[in-house]
Amino acid sequence: MNAKTILFAASAIWATAAQPQGYAGLGTDAEGFAIPQPGTQLSFPADHGPHPDFRIEWWYLTANLASPVGADYGIQWTLFRSALAPGEEEGWRSPQIWMAHAAVTGREEHLFAERIARGGVGQAGVRGAPFEAWIDDWHMRSTSESLEKISLSATGLEFSYDLDLIADGPLVLHGNAGYSVKSASGQASHYYSQPHYQVSGTLSLPDGPVDVTGHGWLDREWSSQPLAEDQSGWDWFSLSFDNGEKLMGFVLRGESGDFTSGTWISADGTAEPLEPGSFQAEPLENSDVEGRRIPTRWQASLPARGVTVELQALNPQSWMGTSFSYWEGPVMVTGSHSGRGYLEMTGYE
Amino acid sequence: MTGAALLAILSHWRRHPLQLATLIAGLALAAGLWSAVQAINAEARASYARAAEQLGTAGLARLVPEAGSIPIARYGDLRRSGWRLAPVLEGVVRFDRQSFDIMGVDLLQHPKAPVLAKASEAESATPLEALRPPGRIFAHPETAALLSEAQQVHPVTRLAALPRGIGMADLSLASQLLRQPDSLSYLLVLPEQTPGLVPLAELAPDLTLIPARAAASDTARLTDSFHLNLTAFGLLSFAVGLFIVQGTIALSLEQRRGMIRTLRSLGVPMRLLSGLFSVELAAIALVAGIAGLAGGYLVAAALLPGVNATLAGLYGASVEGSLSLRPGWVFSGLAMTLGGTFLAGAQSLFLLWRMPLLAAPATRARGQQASRSHLAGAICGSAIISAGLIFAMNFQGLVAGFAFLGALMLGAALVLPLLISAVLRLGSQTAKGSFSEWLWADTRAQLPGMSLALMALMLALAANIGVGTMVSSFRLTFTGWLDQRLFAEVYVTTTSDAQGTELAQWLETQSVTALPRRYHDTRFKGAPLRVYGIRDDAAYRSNWPLLDALPDVWDRTASGEAVLINEQLARRHKLAPGSVLELEPGWRLPIAGIYSDYGNPNGQVMVSLQVLEKRVNGLPNRNFGLRATPQEISALINSLRQEFDIPRENILDQATVKARSLAVFDRTFVITAALNLLTLGVAGFALLTSLLTLWNQRLPQLAPVWAMGVTRRQLAAAEVLRSLLLAAVTAVLALPLGLVLAWTLLSVINVAAFGWKLPMYLFPLDWLRLFVLALLAAVVAAALPAWRLSRIDPAELLKVFANER
Repeated sequence: MNAKTILFAASAIWATAAQPQGYAGLGTDAEGFAIPQPGTQLSFPADHGPHPDFRIEWWYLTANLASPVGADYGIQWTLFRSALAPGEEEGWRSPQIWMAHAAVTGREEHLFAERIARGGVGQAGVRGAPFEAWIDDWHMRSTSESLEKISLSATGLEFSYDLDLIADGPLVLHGNAGYSVKSASGQASHYYSQPHYQVSGTLSLPDGPVDVTGHGWLDREWSSQPLAEDQSGWDWFSLSFDNGEKLMGFVLRGESGDFTSGTWISADGTAEPLEPGSFQAEPLENSDVEGRRIPTRWQASLPARGVTVELQALNPQSWMGTSFSYWEGPVMVTGSHSGRGYLEMTGYE
Repeated sequence: MTGAALLAILSHWRRHPLQLATLIAGLALAAGLWSAVQAINAEARASYARAAEQLGTAGLARLVPEAGSIPIARYGDLRRSGWRLAPVLEGVVRFDRQSFDIMGVDLLQHPKAPVLAKASEAESATPLEALRPPGRIFAHPETAALLSEAQQVHPVTRLAALPRGIGMADLSLASQLLRQPDSLSYLLVLPEQTPGLVPLAELAPDLTLIPARAAASDTARLTDSFHLNLTAFGLLSFAVGLFIVQGTIALSLEQRRGMIRTLRSLGVPMRLLSGLFSVELAAIALVAGIAGLAGGYLVAAALLPGVNATLAGLYGASVEGSLSLRPGWVFSGLAMTLGGTFLAGAQSLFLLWRMPLLAAPATRARGQQASRSHLAGAICGSAIISAGLIFAMNFQGLVAGFAFLGALMLGAALVLPLLISAVLRLGSQTAKGSFSEWLWADTRAQLPGMSLALMALMLALAANIGVGTMVSSFRLTFTGWLDQRLFAEVYVTTTSDAQGTELAQWLETQSVTALPRRYHDTRFKGAPLRVYGIRDDAAYRSNWPLLDALPDVWDRTASGEAVLINEQLARRHKLAPGSVLELEPGWRLPIAGIYSDYGNPNGQVMVSLQVLEKRVNGLPNRNFGLRATPQEISALINSLRQEFDIPRENILDQATVKARSLAVFDRTFVITAALNLLTLGVAGFALLTSLLTLWNQRLPQLAPVWAMGVTRRQLAAAEVLRSLLLAAVTAVLALPLGLVLAWTLLSVINVAAFGWKLPMYLFPLDWLRLFVLALLAAVVAAALPAWRLSRIDPAELLKVFANER
């Protein structure tokens, strides 16, 4: 999903003043880094942990939540890993850089925070047995090696959350057994998800604590050159329908045409990769967000599954004004199927 | 009426331009020296603050270890508890033959990061390159030039916004250069913290949180004492200047008593009159203040290089930038001048206010009344000295020391007239003949008018003796100490550790005794501490300047059972032989001895090299002291140069090292010498002005003597003689005061300011020189009035008998 985000963000990390274009080179060559290979067998719990030989990686969790009185919320918890060089070294010489974004989005509010850390000194990292991904005092923690039961917490200046997540379905491997193609010219990543979390917990908001329950979706992805050179941004959708079916779809916008793909997940958790081009998404309405025109109402369709839905952003101003900025927030789904979902959009300048 | 009255009052100055000039010059001098010192202090402090600002550490609290360093795992833990901290590792790196201060920071956390990122972009490097080998050093363009010259491995980025003399680098590079991969010097507490975190005091009870103000900079903390010193000097000059002014203001009012009576008879209310006098005084103060500020600015600009040398010599602190004009400085300088002027004029204005409506104009009361006021002054002075003593005995530290000195000086000045008058009374008994008897009596009669100037002279002389004795004693001690401490004949610094190892092996084959100087920089209770590892050698045993030690001090140190510490560390933390020092958590050793270590602002520890090597990995191994007989020295140096590729500068014989150390020492006290001379100048001026202001009053007393047949030339000579006599008596009386001052400086102020106590030596030749200087000042001061007297028109003297006064 947010491949280019991390490429830019890694460079923009300590140079908020710097121009991202200066680092564009990072996105195109994979010198020394491992390249995702088709036919790679993912193995768990090992692959829950980091892959330092790949340039970028993330642990990306979004959840659609609701309070007891029916107010809708969304949360995001993301830990990015970006390597300056392949491999790991001790102490300050570690080439690994970690960055995290957290957000809480309601109909009226969108609060977010960012953390940055070095690898090698214990400030951030991911380890197995028991699984833990952390940066400063933010964590995604399991009591075991698996990701079936995890606790999640993050803190910003104006918000925090503490959530418990229990998976009631299997892991989903995207693309070809977790090998997910990202362009017609063959760029790819390793990509799996756990889209079946039942979530409960508390959001601490400026107006006080709110108890929430809902559904969560974890994405795990790692790669070294996930985008083709002409691709400028993408729109990524994760939709959970009320009938238990789920749809992940993305549109990578490029000069030589858009590249779309995705995964259909049945109610029992069976995953079926979508043929490139079968998933379609069209903007219906734009909003002014931080001086940009950004589509906040969409029509998404997957004719093969009879899906034609309209997606409306819960809060059109869900702008992540972090080192590298993008739009990310919950959407309400209506049409042939109803439900909730998350939308991420990057590359809208 | 107001205008007319003001014109009448001001007309006085038209008739007494010299008096006006004296008043303005005196005030300007006082204000000038004071504001010069203030400007220097402000500049230095601004420079420290700028350095902190430029390093991005201004306004941030720090978390420092009690002893040793902070392990990086500890940093990770504190971050995981939610505190946003930025790690810093400081130390010194030698490239080629130069030392550089290196500040290692996490470029992802440090407040300065965006600026550094921009700077590397300007040199078309991507910011992230600085995180990977070979890293990148950021430095002020001047320092960057040196760094690029001294090494080529790590690219250097020029950044004018950094202070000079420091190289900033990412921790990945700095920890490698400083050979401290696992430790940090301190943690900066970043401004934005999540609410509701567990307090740091609970999370890290072993680390000390230093609030932003105190943490501003080590430099500011260290140099505080120096700036207090300067302030004391400035205040002394200011006080001396006010003495001058007070006399002049009093005289100007007294001379206008006739006019005041006339004005009041004409119906000018007292309230208006007082107001007008105040306005006059304020105007004069303003003019003088502006002149003083201008002068002060020039003096400060002239002294600043000396101050910089001193600060660099004593504290290794660098003050940079030229003097800038600060509005606060101008305002406070003017306020100080105005306040001082009114303080000096207070008594006169008060007397004016209380004067009966038609009080007859009277010459200054003399004789018995004067001796009564001498006694009152002496009692008051003794009380002030006693108060100062009591204060000094009950309080510790620099401020108490200076308070005592202030009280001592002021009190002694107040006692002075009584003492001089007693001396003169004694002297008058030796008088033979009526002229000489008149001379003694007249000198005593002059005393009230001169006493303020004499006080100023005494203070200046005492300050000179005191400070001079301090500096000379220090120098003597320092020279002796250098002899002890620099006992090796040749000092070598290799360009790398590998070369150091090679050198040590080669020296062994040549059977030259080599004493390696290997050290590890750490921190103790928040301040930098250097731990030296020494190899047991007879030379240490016979030479090292120990101040206090347990029996078997060297055996115990050599076996690694105990440590030696420098005097500074001992005094700062009240350590004595026998007490236990915790160098790092779990590393506790008893103290076997204390050695003197002048010219070093920081604490130092000596341990057995074997012990240190076990504790610390990768100790630098580049500095060696070599033993050789005087005949062997040049041959040894030559063969070292042939065998090894070591720059010439890095092989020095003992004499050169000593000469350089002394040169640094002497540069350090340039500023003191300059201030000393200036104070004496002010005092000489005080003498001149008081003699000049007395001039008019003198005529009624001189005229009868002249009428009795004493020539004007004789009178003029007597005038000079009197001035000489008074100066001589004052100078003699200043000696004991100066010695007390010197003792206080050596045993109280030095201890508080630098952490070392110095033995006191006496320098009678210096006193003699000063005595002659005082006499010279007296002659110069008396020369002008005497010259006028010898040339005075006899008609002027005759007028005395005609004028009603």
